[in-house]
Amino acid sequence: MKHYLLVDFGSTYTKLTAVDLDKEDIIATSKSITTVETDIIEGYEKALHQLYQVMGKPIIFDKVVACSSAAGGLKMAAIGLVEELTTEAAKRVCLGAGAKVELVISHHMNKSEVQKIMDKNIDIVLLAGGANGGNQECVIHNAKMLAKSDVKAPIVFAGNKDAIDEVTDILKDANKDFYICENVMPKLNILNIDSAKDTIKEIFVKNIIEAKGIKKVEKVVDRVVLPTPHAVLMAAELLSKGYQDEIGFGDLMLADVGGATTDIYSMAQGLPSQMNAVLSGLEEPFAKRTVEGDLGMRYSALGVLETFTESEIHQLSLKNIDLLDACTKRNLDIEMIPLTDMDKKIDDILAKRSVEVATSRHVGTLKGVYTPMGMMYHQTGKDLTQTTYYIGTGGSIIHSEDPVSILKHGAKLTSKPMELRPHRPKYLLDQSYILSAMGLLSMDYPLIALKIMKKHIVELEEKQDAGNE
Amino acid sequence: MKSIVIGVIGADVHAVGNRIIEYTLTREGYNVVNVGVLSTQEDFINAAIETSARLILVSSLYGHGELDCRGMRDKCNEAGLKDVLLYVGGNIVVGKQDFNDVEKRFKDMGFNRVYPPGTNIEDVMDTIKKDLGDL
Repeated sequence: MKHYLLVDFGSTYTKLTAVDLDKEDIIATSKSITTVETDIIEGYEKALHQLYQVMGKPIIFDKVVACSSAAGGLKMAAIGLVEELTTEAAKRVCLGAGAKVELVISHHMNKSEVQKIMDKNIDIVLLAGGANGGNQECVIHNAKMLAKSDVKAPIVFAGNKDAIDEVTDILKDANKDFYICENVMPKLNILNIDSAKDTIKEIFVKNIIEAKGIKKVEKVVDRVVLPTPHAVLMAAELLSKGYQDEIGFGDLMLADVGGATTDIYSMAQGLPSQMNAVLSGLEEPFAKRTVEGDLGMRYSALGVLETFTESEIHQLSLKNIDLLDACTKRNLDIEMIPLTDMDKKIDDILAKRSVEVATSRHVGTLKGVYTPMGMMYHQTGKDLTQTTYYIGTGGSIIHSEDPVSILKHGAKLTSKPMELRPHRPKYLLDQSYILSAMGLLSMDYPLIALKIMKKHIVELEEKQDAGNE
Repeated sequence: MKSIVIGVIGADVHAVGNRIIEYTLTREGYNVVNVGVLSTQEDFINAAIETSARLILVSSLYGHGELDCRGMRDKCNEAGLKDVLLYVGGNIVVGKQDFNDVEKRFKDMGFNRVYPPGTNIEDVMDTIKKDLGDL
């Protein structure tokens, strides 16, 4: 095997990365608009044509693998019992599998919540609830509600193991498409992601891409194997942990500011770094992903606008920036490419804010408690203060003239002292936009994928005049 | 296996007694769900919901138990845990007070059993088993 072609069918762009395995390097990359509404192959062939032009000649690829977040990505509903426990665990499984969590339901489902599963066109339902040996009654109620409904989406059961037999009977009698997995929270505060995550991946490959009209691309590519964010997660984990003798980067964070969402990833244990902090709540996964559906550069620009205060908007207007107008324009024209200095500046402002807010929602927090033994802290979530690297990816950061100034908003902020953000990270850039491709490549050739990432993800220099913002 | 939720409530970090309770109850055949030190009422209650616990055993050693436990029964009722048993024990009030008064105050707050300082978990085992229908 010599040449691999890795394809990412994104919501907006279809991105191609050609790799020479012998040279352990990228040969070329290209992109074209994703054409899932008409025929997804069109966009792919355009991008391929471009790729050949860059390379100067067409070549035969030994293998073509793809990931996809086209046609709305993978939309999931996370159902659990207590909001902070099994519901949160279910949510984390969905995010770890590369899905968008469109619906979160706790406790006993009612009819209107079941209706929402259908209204939102949920692709997969994850049904959890109860620790093993604990509550069964709620998850059985919820299984019955799904059984009675017209929900056609596959149901992944990952709740209390004691309820498996009854839930199986209920769903089988109703002819539902369902899968039984290990409990997402087998014991209190213990998170068990892998079993349900693997099943979701399987369903994605088997059913979802077919339903979304992506499957037909398998006429020209070998296989669509993962949702794109799952591929990015795999790449980031590999980059952090290393492989065999090739050492990784250690603890790192990653921000991907897209048009519709902002994704933040962290690869770290996140245990307390200070003596007087006590962990509370559900266990955190080493490879964690959060997605903010209200923060994005185009489709979700109005969501970013909402995070600005009146006075901030006023301050910007003094610099001739009409933020409301700019965000509305971006929301309506999601393919807009910034050409003027002003549009570039506004894109930077939106990207900075997206990184800042999304990082706030991702990192853990401290809460002080006065005790007879002095000040103690409750730590909820991951302590990422010691994170060594903060990586930027996604068009808005890659194409910015000053990516460091955007990524800096993911680091420690004096205005948010209780948030456990990286204190002094080094800033890196995925300049060739290869993370998802390397995640795909790592399934067959982890060592080569790691070497390529270490070569192409470059450290950024801080600009001298960056202080005036 | 029946579940029992244990932990140390409030801004209290006394961890040793809590471990002894966990050890003893486990040995007696219970599924012990330990929410640990520095726990809030919600930590106990959420754990009890997910594990279908019949008993919540609250420890407090630093004297502020009365403040920390207030309203816990109401929250249990709100969370659908109407029948859950609530035990509390340790140095649960400030200073040396008549324990009969203390017991009454905690029972008025909705606790089923209240134990004074120095009570060993072994001495309570029979009561626990009786309350859970195991004796």
